[in-house]
Amino acid sequence: METLELTADVFVAGGGPAATWAALHAARDGAEVVLADKGYCGTSGATAAAGTGVWYVPPDPAAREAAMDSREELGGRLADRRWAARVLDETYERVNELAVSARFPFPVGPDGRQLRNGLHGPEYLRRMRALVRRAGVRILDHSPVTELLADPSGAVAGAAGYQRQGRQDYRVRAGAVVLATGGCAFLSKALGCDVNTGDGALFAAEAGAELSGMEFSNAYGIAPEGTSVTKTAFYHFATFFRADGSVLEGASGVRRSPIARELLRGKVYCRLDRADEQSRAAMRLAQPNFFLAFDRMGVDPFTEKFPITLIAEGTVRGTGGIRIVSDDCATTVPGLYAAGDAATRELICGGFTGGGSHNAAWAMSSGSWAGRGAARYARSLGSRAHNRRTLALGEAGLRPGGRADGDHREVIAAIQREVLPYDKNYLRHGNVLTPALASLDDVWTGLRASLGGTGELSVRTRQAAAMAAHARWMYRSALARTETRGMAKRLDFPAQDPGQRHRLHTGGLDTVWVRPERTVVEAAS
Amino acid sequence: MIELVSAERCIACDKCITVCPTNVFDRGTDGIPVISRHDDCQTCFHCEANCPVDALFVSPRTSPEPEGAMAKDADLLTDGGLLGSYRERLGWGKGRAPAPSLAIGPPLRPGADPITS
Repeated sequence: METLELTADVFVAGGGPAATWAALHAARDGAEVVLADKGYCGTSGATAAAGTGVWYVPPDPAAREAAMDSREELGGRLADRRWAARVLDETYERVNELAVSARFPFPVGPDGRQLRNGLHGPEYLRRMRALVRRAGVRILDHSPVTELLADPSGAVAGAAGYQRQGRQDYRVRAGAVVLATGGCAFLSKALGCDVNTGDGALFAAEAGAELSGMEFSNAYGIAPEGTSVTKTAFYHFATFFRADGSVLEGASGVRRSPIARELLRGKVYCRLDRADEQSRAAMRLAQPNFFLAFDRMGVDPFTEKFPITLIAEGTVRGTGGIRIVSDDCATTVPGLYAAGDAATRELICGGFTGGGSHNAAWAMSSGSWAGRGAARYARSLGSRAHNRRTLALGEAGLRPGGRADGDHREVIAAIQREVLPYDKNYLRHGNVLTPALASLDDVWTGLRASLGGTGELSVRTRQAAAMAAHARWMYRSALARTETRGMAKRLDFPAQDPGQRHRLHTGGLDTVWVRPERTVVEAAS
Repeated sequence: MIELVSAERCIACDKCITVCPTNVFDRGTDGIPVISRHDDCQTCFHCEANCPVDALFVSPRTSPEPEGAMAKDADLLTDGGLLGSYRERLGWGKGRAPAPSLAIGPPLRPGADPITS
């Protein structure tokens, strides 16, 4: 079948919160926008299936200062106050817009005012899809991007991909591209995350962009054993137990390393026995999806013990991603913008998880800025925007050095063996990370030689390549940070080292590099 | 994972085929969706939530259910009040209030805002 050829001022890769906000703002700025989602815009990604708190803080100076202070230490003092302030401003505007113009049905508190500090995923993304369509954006569902296009100067000039349901290749020549493809959870089956295989970071790196904070990539979510439901807030009410029935001291919803250690020895059980009657009923209303697993397995989580597991959430709940170099979320590559979990969230979270409220605020803010930035960049190109000679940038998993006889399933299994186990990625130690990285380098060399394909197969092989690249940036960065800061904990370097209070940039594909950020992070106040 | 597409209930609207983020279904020759790529199911519950006639059921387990499991039996699921239960909880469907409007959970700390999502 012939390739579907399209042009746009702005092309948005992704279909979750960051992508939809980007598309909306680019369109409002007058750009013609095409948005391509790997799955279905409205159900795809970590937020749509779950839901999220939002870092929504009214513009009261004391409240704002307190909000920024709360993560300062946790994040290892790598956040940037100016960015945090502008994200709080933008998020406040966007959430209010959702409430007022989009009539999102926020709950009303006892004082008669709406509570705007959270969003149910299915309702939020269903409404975002409607807003995007109404703004005139052309949505390509089930249309994973497989590679970026660049003009001869190296500026990004569009993207190419495959329509899984239409069984057709597509190509969009565009003035600018926003990557909002989410983080990478390595097909761990964390709720809604199997579309998040780090594809955007691979595309960005092939175009010459850099990443930052990739050592902050070892987030694990709690889920009832054997299920996908990685919603963790209500484990605040939990008591954790060993298999012999004794209480697992020190474990809590937020302190998960004792759980990880015990899971290496045997089962861990949980009971939400710290929730009183009134809270129990309210919890069901707040998070209908949290109870799906329990109701369907016939377990009363408040009175019965149930086995739990930890599921890798990689850079979805971590903070590493594509490096941002300007207020409109441009990358180091002209014409290429990044937003949401595909981008680094260190600017507001430092090295601590952006899970829940911060990532949601970042997605709205960075998406809105990237969309506007991309629209303006595209406009600055004038008529050249759609008429440039373009080169296809895809390499690993698309254009192998040798015969394409590799099996993507074997490659993915080999990557997962290095990144999913708690004793490698969560309880990190140099003696374990070094051989894991060596294995991943071998995986990369192998897939560069033998992994490739067209159509549906290319989607799978590119996902494998993206995960391999992601894993190598993660472990190379984790090894470079010889201290414990934020979530990047090292068993062999348990203390924070004041001399390493800098972000780590990384990049490269066949040869991965890491270097400290040159500019010193500004002092906290 | 998706375990049930009830041919009896299905109205062949293709909604589940359209909304599945990982493209698990194909349309069968009779219009009833076929679970073609079960391994790709990420257990996100969207197909079930979007089914207007509650013909689908997603087991919370990320591995396939054995033959004869309740998750594959529309009658047992109906008797257990499970078929269509997620859509109902989301407040989707005629005459239902959208779940966010009722979502006032407990605060995690005294004085903190209630959890609403």
